[in-house]
Amino acid sequence: MSSHYEAPIRKPLVIGDKSYHDVTVDVAAPVEGRANKQWWIVFSIALTAFLWGVGCMIYTISTGIGTWGLNKTVGWAWDITNFVWWVGIGHAGTLISAVLLLFRQKWRMAINRSAEAMTIFSVMQAGLFPIIHMGRPWLGYWVLPIPNQFGSLWVNFNSPLLWDVFAISTYLSVSLVFWWTGLLPDFAMLRDRAITPFTKRVYSILSFGWSGRAKDWQRFEEVSLVLAGLATPLVLSVHTIVSFDFATSVIPGWHTTIFPPYFVAGAVFSGFAMVNTLLIIMRKVSKLEAYITIQHIELMNIVIMITGSIVGVAYITELFVAWYSGVEYEQYAFLNRATGPYAWAYWAMMTCNVFSPQFMWFKKLRTSIMFSFVISIVVNIGMWFERFVIIVTSLHRDYLPSSWTMFSPTFVDIGIFIGTIGFFFVLFLLYARSFPVIAQAEVKTILKSSGEFYKKKREEEGHHNH
Amino acid sequence: MSSNKKYWKSVEELNENSSIVETLRNNEFVEAIPTDEFLGDKDSLSNSSTTRRDFLKYVGFSTAAASLAACEGPVIKSIPYVVQPEQIIPGIADYYATSMFDGFDFANLLVKTREGRPIKIENNTIEGAKFSANARVHASVLSMYDNMRLKQPKVDQKNATWSDVDAKVKASLADAKATGAQVVLLTGTLASPSTEKLVSEFLANNPTAKHVIYDAVSSSDALDAFQAVYGERALAEYEFEKAATIVSVGADFLGDWQGGGYDKGYAQGRVPKQGKMSKHIQLEANMTLSGAAADKRIPMSVAEQIQALVKIFSIVTGTPVTLGKLSNEVEIVKIAEQLNQSGSKGVLVSGIDDKNAQLLVLAINAKLNSEAFNPNQTRQIRKGSNQAVAQLVSDLNGGKVHTLIMSGVNPVYTLADGKAFAEGLKKAKLSVAISLKEDETASLTTIAAPAPHYLESWGDVQIIKGTYGLTQPTIRPLFNTRQLQDNLLVWNGNAKTYYEYLKEAWTGVLVGKTWSQAVHDGIFVSSTVSSNVATGADFSAAATALSQAKPSSELELNLYTKTGMGDGQQANNPWLQEFPDPITRASWDNYLTISKADAEKYGVENHNVANGGLNGSYVTVTVGGTKLERVPVIIQPGQAKGTAGLALGYGKKAALKEAMQVGVNAYTLYKGFNSTQSATIAMESGEHEFACVQLQKTLMGRGDIIKETTLTIFNTEKDAKKWNPPPMVSMDHKPIEATKVDLWESFDRSVGHHFNLSIDLNSCTGCGACVIACHAENNVPVVGKSEVRRSRDMHWLRIDRYYSSEDTFAGDNKKKDEFDGLTGEKGSLGGFGELEHPADNPQVAFQPVMCQHCNHAPCETVCPVAATSHSRQGQNHMAYNRCVGTRYCANNCPYKVRRFNWFLYNKNNEFDFHMNDDLGRMVLNPDVNVRSRGVMEKCSMCIQMTQATILKAKKEGREVNAGEFQTACSNACSTGSLAFGDVNNKESEVAKLVEDDRMYHLLEHVGTKPNVFYHVKVRNI
Repeated sequence: MSSHYEAPIRKPLVIGDKSYHDVTVDVAAPVEGRANKQWWIVFSIALTAFLWGVGCMIYTISTGIGTWGLNKTVGWAWDITNFVWWVGIGHAGTLISAVLLLFRQKWRMAINRSAEAMTIFSVMQAGLFPIIHMGRPWLGYWVLPIPNQFGSLWVNFNSPLLWDVFAISTYLSVSLVFWWTGLLPDFAMLRDRAITPFTKRVYSILSFGWSGRAKDWQRFEEVSLVLAGLATPLVLSVHTIVSFDFATSVIPGWHTTIFPPYFVAGAVFSGFAMVNTLLIIMRKVSKLEAYITIQHIELMNIVIMITGSIVGVAYITELFVAWYSGVEYEQYAFLNRATGPYAWAYWAMMTCNVFSPQFMWFKKLRTSIMFSFVISIVVNIGMWFERFVIIVTSLHRDYLPSSWTMFSPTFVDIGIFIGTIGFFFVLFLLYARSFPVIAQAEVKTILKSSGEFYKKKREEEGHHNH
Repeated sequence: MSSNKKYWKSVEELNENSSIVETLRNNEFVEAIPTDEFLGDKDSLSNSSTTRRDFLKYVGFSTAAASLAACEGPVIKSIPYVVQPEQIIPGIADYYATSMFDGFDFANLLVKTREGRPIKIENNTIEGAKFSANARVHASVLSMYDNMRLKQPKVDQKNATWSDVDAKVKASLADAKATGAQVVLLTGTLASPSTEKLVSEFLANNPTAKHVIYDAVSSSDALDAFQAVYGERALAEYEFEKAATIVSVGADFLGDWQGGGYDKGYAQGRVPKQGKMSKHIQLEANMTLSGAAADKRIPMSVAEQIQALVKIFSIVTGTPVTLGKLSNEVEIVKIAEQLNQSGSKGVLVSGIDDKNAQLLVLAINAKLNSEAFNPNQTRQIRKGSNQAVAQLVSDLNGGKVHTLIMSGVNPVYTLADGKAFAEGLKKAKLSVAISLKEDETASLTTIAAPAPHYLESWGDVQIIKGTYGLTQPTIRPLFNTRQLQDNLLVWNGNAKTYYEYLKEAWTGVLVGKTWSQAVHDGIFVSSTVSSNVATGADFSAAATALSQAKPSSELELNLYTKTGMGDGQQANNPWLQEFPDPITRASWDNYLTISKADAEKYGVENHNVANGGLNGSYVTVTVGGTKLERVPVIIQPGQAKGTAGLALGYGKKAALKEAMQVGVNAYTLYKGFNSTQSATIAMESGEHEFACVQLQKTLMGRGDIIKETTLTIFNTEKDAKKWNPPPMVSMDHKPIEATKVDLWESFDRSVGHHFNLSIDLNSCTGCGACVIACHAENNVPVVGKSEVRRSRDMHWLRIDRYYSSEDTFAGDNKKKDEFDGLTGEKGSLGGFGELEHPADNPQVAFQPVMCQHCNHAPCETVCPVAATSHSRQGQNHMAYNRCVGTRYCANNCPYKVRRFNWFLYNKNNEFDFHMNDDLGRMVLNPDVNVRSRGVMEKCSMCIQMTQATILKAKKEGREVNAGEFQTACSNACSTGSLAFGDVNNKESEVAKLVEDDRMYHLLEHVGTKPNVFYHVKVRNI
């Protein structure tokens, strides 16, 4: 895949004197070793949050959506905010693994596995909300165009919610296949290293009988490329379709043509932030600093900065268009966002999403691990508020002032959101202890060209040759 | 049945002692069954087709079948008619004409019954039936199915029989007669000729008895004044349709003033015809429906109103009265001059509880020779005498009353000194309360006698002189009840039933109508009505007396009755409790309304909490030593400074579900039956949680929501687009009317029926009858106070109420249009903030909003399962069964009319209203399904009614007539503001209305093309 020569000016992507075997050992270590105390603590917290969320969901489904804070005017709030937030987070994984693959960005190799895992786990969280937000979730299968005996009732293909169903299910399945394909050689590695028959058996099933023959590798490369080609449009389409939920409506503040690009940029923005959050912890806990280097973090910070700026431009464009359109309802909607009862949410969004990423212009800050971590959290808080602002502040004061009201979440709203965060981390923590968290097979392909050890060696040899 | 028949089995039986017969009798199987042989033979066993597996299958099946059969399925008892009652066809509604008067409300009605159950109140539209049902009368059908009614007679709080009651009462009456002790029959106003006859017979039988008439909300001063001038104890009738200038001095004639029911006539004069409409000037303290409808409203305290009335009197009649300088002198003089100019087309009414003030009203109207003032066909529905009631209370406490019989009154609750009455009650030898409920009074009396609801009773009522209404039962009494008249007959020793008595009383009176016809019509108009002739009264002295009245320096408290509760007798009615007050839009409460200036003075606050709920401070109200604690306060725009309003009819506790025990009892402050009291208030700690359905009080300068113009512009500007401007959009860089641009190809809607609903903002008074009618027709659930507070009211039809932020709505629009930039003097940032606050004396506008049934409905495109879709007839359907509850439709509705079932609202103890008990569910309309949890619902344009109309016409082989299509709301609208029909039928009213210049659609620029349209409000200013 890659030649073994890389300009010496490029920073090494694998630090230290890592041999091929070292890579194997480092990646397999978290799987083969035992969980430490911190892992158990974090896992217990995540599991508790998850179970609390499950309790809240059961309460919702058994008693009614009335257990949430919604009302006649604000029909969506935390539910769809969380949905869009989680879908958005998922986008970074696909972007890293598919788009960067097509662009031959080698630095993606250390992070794509976990980024994709994050995608799948977050899309799972996202997928929960459209189901539980229904008044009658047990009839949720009605949104699928399946043959039926209700007089052949068909779904409404005009509805953006139906497009969501297709978009999200396509996205989840393509991402899962793509992820798993990449995992095959790495599972095989774990299988080959396994010492107990049980783990051997499990990993041999998971690796689909990977044999490591040249034909396997050739097919692997081809499938990866094809899937990357398939997944790339999804990066754009999924959040575009999610934005259609709002853009095709008639509600001032929702009815906006800028939404598709604005949502995609926002999604990549929040996704990269989440990748940063996860990897900064993981590289430390799983001792993968040699693979996930400061340079990786810096590059991701640059993406965050750029997409954050795009989002900022989008916010300002919205305000401009509201003013320029001359539509009084539109103008009021944006005035109300910035100065109305939910202005605090708007300014929280502005601060977190537009202002905070600008710090990344400073190299010192964007190469600071602690600072990157803080900003990654801040960005995701901001992105949550972005969706909250779009959904709630547009709905709570729309056309007829008589229907204006306010929204305030109940413990169930909050519980379910926390529950999905818990669920996400439960999945991610289990993943971190049972999956190869770095695409070691791929990293090995760049070890010679981009590994610090080989780069140095080549440099030394080059000097000898002169 | 035993049988002696013997069946022969064989000839052998003829032979006695036959061994064969003997053997057969002892042994059923003559030949031995080869069990052993069969089971012993392995070969035959293995060859048998029943294998072990089959055997197990059979065993399994039979066990399963047996256990399944053992499970008991739900037993649904359905008892067929043995003999089908005549005229009851399952699925077909029957209508019965009746008239009602419950001591407070009155109306001429048609009662819709289904399978023998009354389920809905409609207006009787037969000629002569003048009085339409208000919101409370519409809701009264549910009060019949109230599970907390008194179900059988009680003596000393123990269940008893009617014969026990009769024995006790008769004995007591005999004792009183013998000892010469006083017997008192205390009733509300009867207004029933036959009952009055019965009462006089009762009084004749019991020479020591007297009849005291008591109206909980008294009109005694107006009665006294009218009696003084015209000699009859009654109230003048007003025909506002004949007036060009209406001046109201503190009379909420669109509300409950002198019984109400004036809205129909008033509205007739308020729709501009040939360039003319009446001008209405309102001087009032509380913000009322009448004040909201007025062209000019001057807030002033009752003390100031009295001065203004004297001034007007002095100008109109030319009587000199010495009067100090009035604060609104110029305006008052102008009003008086306007009245003078209008002459016989002018009318003045007043709600001041003062005989002198009422005398001046009569003098002014007589002087004007007002056409609207009718002293002949007087109102008979208020007869109560304040003095007589006061005398009774003192007699009771003096131990002078031997036997007290009460009917339809609850003085322990409604009297200001109810406690004194309760004390006195103990001193009577026998007290009887004939009552629907075991209320505050009935639970203290010796005998609590259950009365039937008016829908279960016979009766007659004379609402206005010469027009008689007949009351007929529409259902057999649900409980062991007996109405007052039957009781009196028994106690008079008359063996007749009241029905017979009633029929007899009417023979001879009915001219040109048979009894059956009269009962069928529910009304009989007598052709001869004697005229009342005015005798002189000393008006000048009355004016002088009034002019010297000293205005009190304290806070002036004005007690009033709420549109949704009236005098409070239907407090256990969940529809009425949940009904948002048309003015404050708060439900489930009464509260002190005070002006903003006074709120600042007393430190009282109103604010909205995070979920939108309204919170308000508590105060203690003290009137003449009587304290009313924890009264919540609402800051009311338009409330005159220095005054406060408080509604009667709340704070009831007896015979009410806990959820309905809301509010404070303002009757305790209704001293001397005067609705105006001098009060002091003191702040209390804590905050009250209101259930107010509308947070935003103003229109925010959005003049395209409620379009308005003035009569002058309307008359002079012939180009309707000037005052009813269509919204413009830009297409190909040219301005074009928004309604002419379409993204979609339209269907041909000229074929078949196409329904439209017209709403005239000029004639809507905000009375809310439509809201309750919709509730009843469509099985709309009641959700309770805490849910309403969370903005989850379920009303399919709501009446939005807006206040202007500047002095007028036009001022709001102008202010918004002149916004320039974000900040600064005219900046929109500050400007919109200012527009959120109503003016101190705002203009008010009402706008009924229900599903607009858009032809391009935003809700229809977004539903993923196509649960909401459009019909050929223009209705936007909602298929409840298909709905999965994503609420996307509600979000995308620009009118926010969709309502979601957040919880299960029926058969759920968390929502313990009428849909949670078997009796209450009897009121449900079987034509409309009760929605389950998790589905969206909304106005269907009463599709069950339009379909029934179509089917009826089809069955009769004819076309549907113009005007035959109706909805619950259009039927209930007494002012004609709501008109429904088929626009494809060019003869229908709605087809003409849709062509009118005043027609506009709500939020036309969104392009939804609604099938509901409004008529521009024209103000006569």
